[in-house]
Amino acid sequence: MPKTKRIYLDYAATTPVDPRVLKAMLPYFSEKFGNTMSLHGFGQEAKEALEESREVVADLMNAKPNEIIFTSSATESNNLTLKGVALANQKKGRHIIISPIEHPCVKESAEWLKTQGFEITKLPVDKYGLINPDDVKKAIRKETILVSIIHASNEIGTIQPIEEIGKVIKRKSEIFNLKPKIYFHTDAAQSFGKIPIDVNKTNIDLLTASSQKMYGPKGAGCLFIKEGIEIKPILHGGGHESGLRSSTVNVPAIVGFSEAVKICKKVMKKESQRLTKLRNKLIKGVLSKIPDSHLNGHPIKRLPNNANFWFAGIEGESIVIQLDLLGIAASTGSACSSAKLEPSHVLLAIGLKHQEAHGSLRLSLGRWTTEKDINYVLKILPKIIKKLREISGAQ
Amino acid sequence: MKPYYSKKVINHFSNPKNFGEIKKADAVGKVGNPRCGDIMKLYLKIEKKGKKEIIKDIKFYTLGCAAAIATSDIVCDLVKGKTLKEALKISSKDVVKELGYLPPLKIHCSLLAEQGLKAAIEDYKKRKKK
Repeated sequence: MPKTKRIYLDYAATTPVDPRVLKAMLPYFSEKFGNTMSLHGFGQEAKEALEESREVVADLMNAKPNEIIFTSSATESNNLTLKGVALANQKKGRHIIISPIEHPCVKESAEWLKTQGFEITKLPVDKYGLINPDDVKKAIRKETILVSIIHASNEIGTIQPIEEIGKVIKRKSEIFNLKPKIYFHTDAAQSFGKIPIDVNKTNIDLLTASSQKMYGPKGAGCLFIKEGIEIKPILHGGGHESGLRSSTVNVPAIVGFSEAVKICKKVMKKESQRLTKLRNKLIKGVLSKIPDSHLNGHPIKRLPNNANFWFAGIEGESIVIQLDLLGIAASTGSACSSAKLEPSHVLLAIGLKHQEAHGSLRLSLGRWTTEKDINYVLKILPKIIKKLREISGAQ
Repeated sequence: MKPYYSKKVINHFSNPKNFGEIKKADAVGKVGNPRCGDIMKLYLKIEKKGKKEIIKDIKFYTLGCAAAIATSDIVCDLVKGKTLKEALKISSKDVVKELGYLPPLKIHCSLLAEQGLKAAIEDYKKRKKK
């Protein structure tokens, strides 16, 4: 469907592959296609690319290469974390703490663990979606084995105080004399490559990252697992990735992931400043031009590329369809757009009423977003909202 | 692959002809969709011709998704000029048929239009009794 204008503002859903990334991947399809477990030259050149990629990815979070395992996605990494840690540590305890604003892959993994006899505590969040480290302290028990908190929200962009949370978990483990300590996992699928993360400074034991949110290809993710962490695999087989993730390694995707990491590392500081400026312009413009519009998430402690609003008296899917007709790609947390016909659990967790979450809109910016794009949105969006409110009678 | 919404749905959604309020309406129906939270308000102007009661004018307000707005608009087209008896026969299936196609997840939206119409006619009957 060719359109005169196409502006992609859904980078939080997925990013296009950077042309430099694609170029780096190409030799690994038909030329250097070997299986990393093979002893011959074909296998060894693939293995070499895999291990180089591991070093690159580890470096951006200040981990050791042997602490990184590659997976197919952030969803897989998060499933492995929750289920793998639960299975390996159930003799120590069966209590897991998560936030109420986790990505569905953490939320649903936790729900499943509940059916297997684990106890799940969901922490409270404030109206910005922030977790208070004191609440983590209160929720921890002697039987707690894992705390999993999303680093930056995929929906509202709020960035959690993971450094403080990491400290609290460490201290509480010491008080309870727990050895090993209670593990701290963070899902950094939206933040890795966009804002700095240092696993050592933050007492993080496990960290999830995704290739397709940072201009790498789909089909690659990783999990940082600190040395000495007890975790069991959920995929059994040939023993790839230190026995934690059997499956012939997707070398082209991983090479692409690593190239994407290299680029992000190089441009992160400048790009984050550029996007923050554009994002602030967008937020300021929307809030001032559209009556009864509200920002979801924290005004400052948020991802440089995330803007999320709710508009009174209208429904979000209709905004998304109208925007699409005018060439702008966005997303919503409205019940109408979800397969379960339920509004976003994240928006409800920050205290939005059903009808408020109903009118939500997420615009997420990225590497190819320009000021012109933002100006166009600011020109179009107020008209769309006005029209839809006329149709709704702003009920 | 079919587009998510058909051209007809998109047309009725982007350019609805029947939205708005009828001042001094003879009947108003207000319904909500318990599944997704959409809301619809439907106004009727009824004209009596002998024994027949004809829908002279019909307008809606809908807070909802593209499917809810499109089905609201089309149900107005379908019943305008019809008698109340004829209008009551129109079901959500007719609405979907008229639109050609709705994504499976959106079929429930067409119920809103049917229920809105029925609620308005119900309101008319109630007012008449008074």
